[in-house]
Amino acid sequence: MTAEASTAASAAASAALAPRGMAGFLRALTGDPRAALGLGMVGVVAVFALGAPVLSPFAPDQPDFVNILAAPSAGHWLGTDELGRDVLSRIIHGARTSLAVGALSVVVAAFAGTVAGLVAGYFGKLADALIMRVMDIVFAFPSILLALAIAAVLGPSLTNAVLAISVVNLPVFARIARAQTLIVRQLEFVEAKRALGFGIANILGRTILPNILAPIIVQGSLLFASAIITESYLSFLGLGAQPPTATWGNMLRNAIGFMELAPWLAVFPGAAIFLTVLGCNLLGDGLRDRFDPRD
Amino acid sequence: MGRYLATRIASLVPILFGTSVIAFLLIRLVPGDPAIALLGMEADATAIATLRTQLALDQPLIVQYASWLGLILTGDFGRSIQGGRQVLPLLLNALGPTALLSVAALVISLSIAIPAGIVAATRRNSGADYGASFLALCGLSMPSFWLGVLLILAFAIHVPIFPASGYVSPLIDPVAHLHHLVLPALTLGAALAAATMRMTRATMLEVLRADYVRTARAKGLPRRTVIWGHALRNARIPIVTLIGIQFGQLLGGVVITETVFSWPGIGKLTVDAIFARDYPVVQGAVLLTAILFVLINLATDLLYTALDPRVRLS
Repeated sequence: MTAEASTAASAAASAALAPRGMAGFLRALTGDPRAALGLGMVGVVAVFALGAPVLSPFAPDQPDFVNILAAPSAGHWLGTDELGRDVLSRIIHGARTSLAVGALSVVVAAFAGTVAGLVAGYFGKLADALIMRVMDIVFAFPSILLALAIAAVLGPSLTNAVLAISVVNLPVFARIARAQTLIVRQLEFVEAKRALGFGIANILGRTILPNILAPIIVQGSLLFASAIITESYLSFLGLGAQPPTATWGNMLRNAIGFMELAPWLAVFPGAAIFLTVLGCNLLGDGLRDRFDPRD
Repeated sequence: MGRYLATRIASLVPILFGTSVIAFLLIRLVPGDPAIALLGMEADATAIATLRTQLALDQPLIVQYASWLGLILTGDFGRSIQGGRQVLPLLLNALGPTALLSVAALVISLSIAIPAGIVAATRRNSGADYGASFLALCGLSMPSFWLGVLLILAFAIHVPIFPASGYVSPLIDPVAHLHHLVLPALTLGAALAAATMRMTRATMLEVLRADYVRTARAKGLPRRTVIWGHALRNARIPIVTLIGIQFGQLLGGVVITETVFSWPGIGKLTVDAIFARDYPVVQGAVLLTAILFVLINLATDLLYTALDPRVRLS
């Protein structure tokens, strides 16, 4: 989805969400079959990620030199890699990295973007012009390339991957927050708080923010999927978490050298990314369609 | 039209200025001395001192930026740390293979997505609609490098009908070029097709509900004329918007596809430069790609005015 389209969809979602509040939002998660299926898929991955130490049959870095590049079998359901490490266990532990990077980068981008959007929308004029032009400039870069350049310059690590993905997603949240703030700041209850002499921080944080959160959450669910894919790209190119930490992207990077001998090394980690992202997209699509009055 | 064009081009100035600032700052973010980052660890002290003077590294940041921009505007993107070649010719040489791959991906994407989107919209809630929509969602959810790997497994290893990697210039052997192009173009085209199909379906559904389409049907026009002559004609603008945006995003997408298939375009050049810590090439590639991205967006805007005169009149 393009940023403009998602901004429009989220703005539309806001109108529908505002009166229902968070309870309506949560009901919608389970009310739409697609959203429910997506939630279920992401939920399963989240359970594996949280329970990885208990649920994975082997330690992710435990080599087994007797079972090098073993095909899927009863002992190793998804086979083993070139060091005899269990692919299933590494995929389960990789889920932790993927979900953590996806969630963290979206939270960081949502926080910074929302603050920027609130300030731009509330104060207008110079603050608005300055902040939004900076956002336009970040938008002028293809997102993968910018994330790649930032991760490359800062050095390959998980933290830098989170930072890089956050930066490329930040303008989307800033645009939504600004658009919503422009609407909400004119409403009577904001006017009333201003007249009563409440401070700027109180008005922004306690009055405007709760009323613009819903579309930001919808957008977050959509960007979570793209953050997982971007993390896998960075890991695949060697710019994400470094070995021996297992990530789905670096497992695929490793698999390239063994495609003829052990195709399962390439198939299963990719399938894990695909199914997780499909779940996120089903969830995001379901939520957007449900809340978008134009449908 | 002239005024519209002038306004649009003027709006690019701050964006291009901003992209140049980001590209400039990239090297300043590298820990250590930017001159060493640009020349490499093995550069001799004289060369480092010369570059420090040339880039005004002992001056305030704004003076450094002005010196750097002066060099860029004269086409001097610096020299590659590896081999010492000028960066600009390196980038321009890599643009050809990237352009060939991007155009092929776009052709594949459009030839799948537009008919599929029309069929899904005209037969809403049918099996064809659900099938096409589900496939599109799968396409959007599939990381391109995984699709590339699956295609290599299927068509280069198990049934070896296409090469797994490499590039042959179309000027040397057009047939071999196409042979090498199929798998990377399919990989890159699939994700584009998914997004375009969804947009075509959504836009066609909206247009098919419009009064003039009902009128055209009521007049007894053949179904084909109503869909292709009336509905699709008016659905073009959002589709062209998306294609324009996608063509720009292809410049990012090629990074992954070119790496998987060893396609010697700008994406692979960038990734290779990142691993060689060849920062002048990384900086040049980021700047050039961002400029192209902005120009493609401008071209998309201008294309609207050809498709819909209301855009330039408003």
